[in-house]
Amino acid sequence: MSELRVEESDDVGDRRRWPLLVQNFFTGGSVTVTLLSLVLAFAVGAVVIAVSDPEVRTAWANLIDSPGGATAATWDSVASSYGALFRGAIVEPSAVSEAFRGGSISAVLAPLSETVVATTPLILAGLSVTLAFRAGLFNIGGQGQAMLGATAAGFVGFHFGLPPVVHVVAALVAGLLAGLAWGSIPGALKAWTGAHEVITTIMLNYIAGILLLYLLSLSVFIRPGRTDAISPRVDGDTRLPHLLGADLRVHAGILVAVGVAGIVWWLLARTTVGFELRAVSLNERAATTAGISSGKAWIVGMTVAGGLSGLAGAVQLLGTDYALVPGSGASLGFLGISVALLGRATVTGTVLASLLYGALQAGGIRMQAATATPVDIVVIIQALVVLFVATPQLVRSSFRLPSAGRGLQVMSRGW
Amino acid sequence: MRVELRGLTKRFGPVVANDGIDLDFDAGEVHCLLGENGAGKSTLMNLLFGVIAPDAGEILIDGRHVRFDDPGDAIAEGIGMVHQHYALVPTLTVAENVTLGFERTGRFGWLDRRRARDDVIEMSERYGMAASPDALVGSLPVGVQQRVEIMKVLRRDAQLLILDEPTAALTPQESDQLFRTVRALRESGRSVVFISHKLREVRAIADRVTVMRRGRVVGRASPLATDNELASLMVGRSVVLDRDKTPAVPGSSVVEVDGLTVADEAGRDVLSDVSLQVHGGEILAVAGVQGNGQAELAETLVGLRRARQGRVVLAGEDITGLSTRDILLRGVGYVPADRQGSGLVADLSIYENLILDSYHREPFAKRGGRLQLPVAKEHASGLMDEFDIRARSITAPARTLSGGNQQKVLLARVLSRPLSLLIAAEPTRGLDVSAAEFVQRRMVQARDAGTAVMVISSDLDEAVTLADRIAVMYRGRVVAVVTPDTPRSVLGELMAGVGDGAAA
Repeated sequence: MSELRVEESDDVGDRRRWPLLVQNFFTGGSVTVTLLSLVLAFAVGAVVIAVSDPEVRTAWANLIDSPGGATAATWDSVASSYGALFRGAIVEPSAVSEAFRGGSISAVLAPLSETVVATTPLILAGLSVTLAFRAGLFNIGGQGQAMLGATAAGFVGFHFGLPPVVHVVAALVAGLLAGLAWGSIPGALKAWTGAHEVITTIMLNYIAGILLLYLLSLSVFIRPGRTDAISPRVDGDTRLPHLLGADLRVHAGILVAVGVAGIVWWLLARTTVGFELRAVSLNERAATTAGISSGKAWIVGMTVAGGLSGLAGAVQLLGTDYALVPGSGASLGFLGISVALLGRATVTGTVLASLLYGALQAGGIRMQAATATPVDIVVIIQALVVLFVATPQLVRSSFRLPSAGRGLQVMSRGW
Repeated sequence: MRVELRGLTKRFGPVVANDGIDLDFDAGEVHCLLGENGAGKSTLMNLLFGVIAPDAGEILIDGRHVRFDDPGDAIAEGIGMVHQHYALVPTLTVAENVTLGFERTGRFGWLDRRRARDDVIEMSERYGMAASPDALVGSLPVGVQQRVEIMKVLRRDAQLLILDEPTAALTPQESDQLFRTVRALRESGRSVVFISHKLREVRAIADRVTVMRRGRVVGRASPLATDNELASLMVGRSVVLDRDKTPAVPGSSVVEVDGLTVADEAGRDVLSDVSLQVHGGEILAVAGVQGNGQAELAETLVGLRRARQGRVVLAGEDITGLSTRDILLRGVGYVPADRQGSGLVADLSIYENLILDSYHREPFAKRGGRLQLPVAKEHASGLMDEFDIRARSITAPARTLSGGNQQKVLLARVLSRPLSLLIAAEPTRGLDVSAAEFVQRRMVQARDAGTAVMVISSDLDEAVTLADRIAVMYRGRVVAVVTPDTPRSVLGELMAGVGDGAAA
């Protein structure tokens, strides 16, 4: 929607008041809408924070006695919450001044490190959904694919003894392969029988969850000395190495994630396989008529998407969690859908959206600890951003921007 | 009712779609608007119907100024429009569709179904539009659906009816039927605006003809003007209407279709026992009313449908059941009828569309599946010149092109490979005179180069102009293969299934 189209719509007259550049900024740019969605989400989030704070509610109850107190309490509550969110996700100013007086550099970098740690698996899970979108498929199965990726990586990690570098690579590859295999099932079902991938991937999520639960009841998966469902920790040499010393949790998974993002971009933009995926997703009939096999595109797209989710689960396990529990990696499925939507199903957008989500997650934990504002606020903000991005008309009218014609962005068709 | 347009002007950005149009429409008159695609006919009618607002100029009805903010205002003033694409609910009956949005109600707002039926019966008789009020619209042929659209407009008491290319999807018989209805509407004192670029029709039906080109009225003509005069006005230069085509020099048989039977998803036969041959260096036109199996024939030939029985032999090799890619690789080119649905990927760029069937081969891909985008772009630039494709840039999405240029992209893609068999379905549908001329000339060129050409066309004029032989299809069968000098009436009867069996 980036180009200005000559179209027969009523708002053509309104738009002519603006210079072309401004028109494009207002009407074309989904970037604008995304940024404004963020502003709106934080605004609505502020209301929720204020309302959920008992002190603020008391202050508003005493509005007649102390009119200034209500607004002051509201401001304090929101400012301290968002302040803590910022300090938890980006930088803690006091740690910076501390560092100048000889304190640790690690303390300065700690918030960013936490943000990157949370971002890493999100990039991979988001790319999984983005790639599927680009093949015209909606991958709801990230949850199951990531769970099995984590399971396979974890099993290789704690069960086998392998040389140091080989071991971590083997564990990652195991996670990738598990995801590829799990993703190929809905792809093949769609290609061969026409079964809709939304249904099949949701069903496969349940199967994967129960499979993991079952495995955790087997003796090879149970941690010695424990009776609950938890696996042994993976070997030290299968953990993704920390990049900035032992004090900071940021690990090599981010390098994997960014590298994979580059590969996915290249695959989509520069290879015949990517060309097939794009053609089939944009117009399956025309692609088929030109001799492209849509079944093949669906199988390839879904399989690779599964592999990416599997890798996301593996990175989560080998980088942060270290041990399998029921539902390991499961949350990555829906977070992946969110960041892919927020990133408008582009590779760069998905990476940036993951960074935003990662920052919110890292900051939210700090916010809860510092201000008693529940971490759920972060989930609300995350959800609101996606909601607003999905309803650009609402965002435009909120900021009194002219509407962008009648085109709708369709990410997945046919269901 | 007399409608006058005074200096109507409409701009879209830098494009002047209508430039100071003066026109009037009188009661009891059929006024034909003739012009190529993009001449501004549709814009003008959208202004008159209140879909868009003019930048300048005014509309007068019986000398009174009117202003339309939306089509509702225009309908209230007695203006009705039948679009090319009908807006009918297929699961409702004829009577229900006609009454929809303008329902006859009795006490307590109950629907008065009997009056709705009576309305349909009355209009059917009065204007010669046979349609059963209780038939489900989805089960009706296109011609009858069009009658339902006309009835909807009449039910809203329209005095001026705009018919936008009404014959595009009709059989010759249905067109004749429509003409009778149009004349009956004229007799009733209504005014009809008939938009078309088919000269023969215009001459048959019009009381007055106005020719538009590039957003202006460039001429007014009487229906007695010759086809060549009208066409020249339309295009702005003289046009050779008969393709200067040398007699065919048919070579050996390239494709042989033998007893082909194909079923649709529901298991009904859409092709029954079709046998055909196309020789190198000849054009076989497959004529017939749309929906009689022509599309399925083409799709089966290129491997998009599976045959239940029978076989297709290409240059001595049985290609029945091969994948589309394998068939295309054997030198078959296919131009589908639905160029936006099956031909182009509208959201991919022009240069990507131009390699949609060959991206996987040298020189566009290297080993390992690496796309060579610079090569593809260079290829596209060459084809843009050769096929005179007018576009902002080769990286623009195909959707930004006009219909004629989209068709040229499709044709360029197909013809840029060496072909032994070219299958083109409705290759000039919706194209203006110059674009259609170009496309037809390329078909003849392909023939002269020794390619076997199969043109599927529901436009009888086109079939007759291009063909060396004509195969007529009716209900999934080839009912006759005849020469192009067969009288139109005979062809029309074959297309309508009259004497089915006897002629075959």
